[in-house]
Amino acid sequence: MVTRRTAITLAGVGAAGLAGAGAMALIDGGTGDGTANALSGAADAVAFFGPHQAGIVTPAQDRLHFAAFDVIAKDRAELIELLREWTAAAARLTAGHDAGHFGAVGGIPEAPPDDTGEALGLPASGLTLTIGFGPTLFRDADGRDRFGIADKRPAALADLPAFRGDALRPEISGGDICIQACANDPQVAVHAIRNLARIGFGRVTMRYSQLGFGRTSSTSRAQATPRNLMGFKDGTANLKAEDTELLKEHLWADAPDGAAWMTGGSYLVTRRIRMLIETWDRTSLGEQEAIIGRDKGEGAPLGKAKEFDEPDFTAVGKDGEKVMPMEAHVRLAHPDFNGNARLLRRGYNFVDGSDSLGRLDAGLFFMAYQRDPRKQFVPVQRSLAKADILNEYIRHVSSAVWAIPPGVSGPEDFWGRTLFT
Amino acid sequence: MRKTLVLTGAALLGLGLTACSKDEPKSADAGGPIAVSATDTACDVAKKEAASGVVTFAISNKGGKITEFYVYAAGDRVMAEVENIPPGITRELKAELPAGTYETACKPGMIGSGIRAAFTVSGSAAPLTADAKLADATANYQRYVQSQTVPLLAKTEEFVTAVKAGDIAKAKALFPIARTYWERIEPVAEIFGDLDPKIDGREDVIAEGMAFTGFHKLEQDLWVKGDVSKSGAIADQLLVDVKEIVAKATAEKLSPLQLANGAKELLDEVASGKITGEEDRYSHTDLWDFAANLEGSKASVAALRPALEDRAPDLVAKLDTAFKNAETTLAKHRDGDGWKLHTALTTGELKELTDVINALAEPISKIAAVIAK
Repeated sequence: MVTRRTAITLAGVGAAGLAGAGAMALIDGGTGDGTANALSGAADAVAFFGPHQAGIVTPAQDRLHFAAFDVIAKDRAELIELLREWTAAAARLTAGHDAGHFGAVGGIPEAPPDDTGEALGLPASGLTLTIGFGPTLFRDADGRDRFGIADKRPAALADLPAFRGDALRPEISGGDICIQACANDPQVAVHAIRNLARIGFGRVTMRYSQLGFGRTSSTSRAQATPRNLMGFKDGTANLKAEDTELLKEHLWADAPDGAAWMTGGSYLVTRRIRMLIETWDRTSLGEQEAIIGRDKGEGAPLGKAKEFDEPDFTAVGKDGEKVMPMEAHVRLAHPDFNGNARLLRRGYNFVDGSDSLGRLDAGLFFMAYQRDPRKQFVPVQRSLAKADILNEYIRHVSSAVWAIPPGVSGPEDFWGRTLFT
Repeated sequence: MRKTLVLTGAALLGLGLTACSKDEPKSADAGGPIAVSATDTACDVAKKEAASGVVTFAISNKGGKITEFYVYAAGDRVMAEVENIPPGITRELKAELPAGTYETACKPGMIGSGIRAAFTVSGSAAPLTADAKLADATANYQRYVQSQTVPLLAKTEEFVTAVKAGDIAKAKALFPIARTYWERIEPVAEIFGDLDPKIDGREDVIAEGMAFTGFHKLEQDLWVKGDVSKSGAIADQLLVDVKEIVAKATAEKLSPLQLANGAKELLDEVASGKITGEEDRYSHTDLWDFAANLEGSKASVAALRPALEDRAPDLVAKLDTAFKNAETTLAKHRDGDGWKLHTALTTGELKELTDVINALAEPISKIAAVIAK
């Protein structure tokens, strides 16, 4: 076994880089008991095995490479074989090793390397790889049950309804399988997706992928709330890894939900939200704050002083109007007005160059984990689509919903095993 | 550090014979050659079996299309073939066949996998040793190259003649056909430095100081300018260059490693030049080149097959499946005896082709290491 990179132990612990391969400090990726340890060094490895997949309550890393695949493998055995190969590679990659047994430079000169090599010398960088299954894996667009799993499709994995204002492009929506790669180094995230895609040639085809930077949500109280490209703090009221009871209630699927194989899993909604930032930037500060419902500097709800103060939706100002406008984003999305729906948001900013009109192709790759999208994402998005003034400045161009299977218990287990056995 | 295995021609066992071979072993034919009656829809082979040794076929083209006749071993390994049989003509083919099962095939219109029939050879033939199998790969591929260079020269001559005669319609029809033979053996062509860009260079890849000549210059004249009145010199030069490369390629012996890499490079050509429509940007006949690259890649792999079967049977099975998928997907885009234009394909169809080429190129990229063992 060739190690990709010499292990780097916790910064500040005073341990020098150990000689020999594989000695690594592991962050508990929140996979153990649903709680995350305090943040560790950005270079460390996140545990891959556990009851839940890493990359959900793992403190959000700085970088994303998200990939959606369509399966072209014809039969169940071939798909299972791919999932086994992917799992083995993912376990290696997240530990900071090469994708394959020989690695980028350990093979014979006549053979193409079984790792592409651009992560040589880089630490594990907090890489997590998280897999999800889309509705079309269970039954494709023509209604075919290609892999004998149609009867296992969870009720919660319902196709998302059309929302007002959707401008979805089918070619960058949906998909049979997704892999979310998050890391603190973009090169490590890209390397992971690139090598998994290569392993999948002939069995899956890349449908679309998205790079993201600057996490837009905090998933741990140890993290400061980041800002999205509108310049506002995003995800203040997010579910956090430390809220064990809330996570049970709002995040993790459980056997009584109807799909036993999903126990310990979750559901992910992904939306590529293009921001018309040139227009947004011409909007007055007062109006921006009224549209969002928070002040831009501190991130406090309007009428409050501090970011984590609870918003007051009833307060009335001197002019007789609500301090928190009726159409403010914070009000429309708040659990109080959506049947207590909570989400664990884990989105990323993106800037994909610029379009033919010279506008930045920028926005938010929105990602939200939850126990049941029908009761969580859908009602929240409905109320936002209906009234949110923010809609003037954003376009939802891509959409997908995924069943995120439970974690991988150990080296013998594989991604999605419970679905196929 | 392993040493790359380089085989010289010294160890070659000539195990098959092309139609024009000189040293003929003792004939195993009893009662003269086996008659093959070829039409546009049928391929009647008078006998379905023979004794091992030299088997002679006499192929009569009774159809309206130019045809070809092949004897294939497993994996479409060409044991012998005769190309370019015009209507009304009879050609003889001598094939030295060890005991085993084969397939005969006629290809009316010179396309597709042909009209196949089983053919059995019985008798005793000692199996090849491992090294001999590799040596035979070189010989087998050399025969393949020779089978392509003859029609390459003939069709290029026809093409050049049409250009110089100002017959634009005929030249346009011949352009993708002449290129087919070229594209099948491109790995060999690329060995000869400047000749490849002179014959097949595109306007944007011509090195500084080199003129834009060859097939694609004539393509531009035919399709973009619609005027070949000033193309005579370019046409003459193309024929000179093709003659030179044919002479060199016929003598060239590719090592098994070169074969393995050539098979991969042909697919890289498909992925980077043909699927994108860059190769034949004026005529959009990229799918002819695509098909030819795929056929050439298959011929290289087929030559290595006996060695691969010993060393990596799993890989052989994977390659067979992947080749079949690629051929099936490509076949969707047939148009009569030719192919649809690149511009007629949707993005979805091009992506599907990309997927099957990726699926094939990955296992093909593993052949070199198996051969180098």
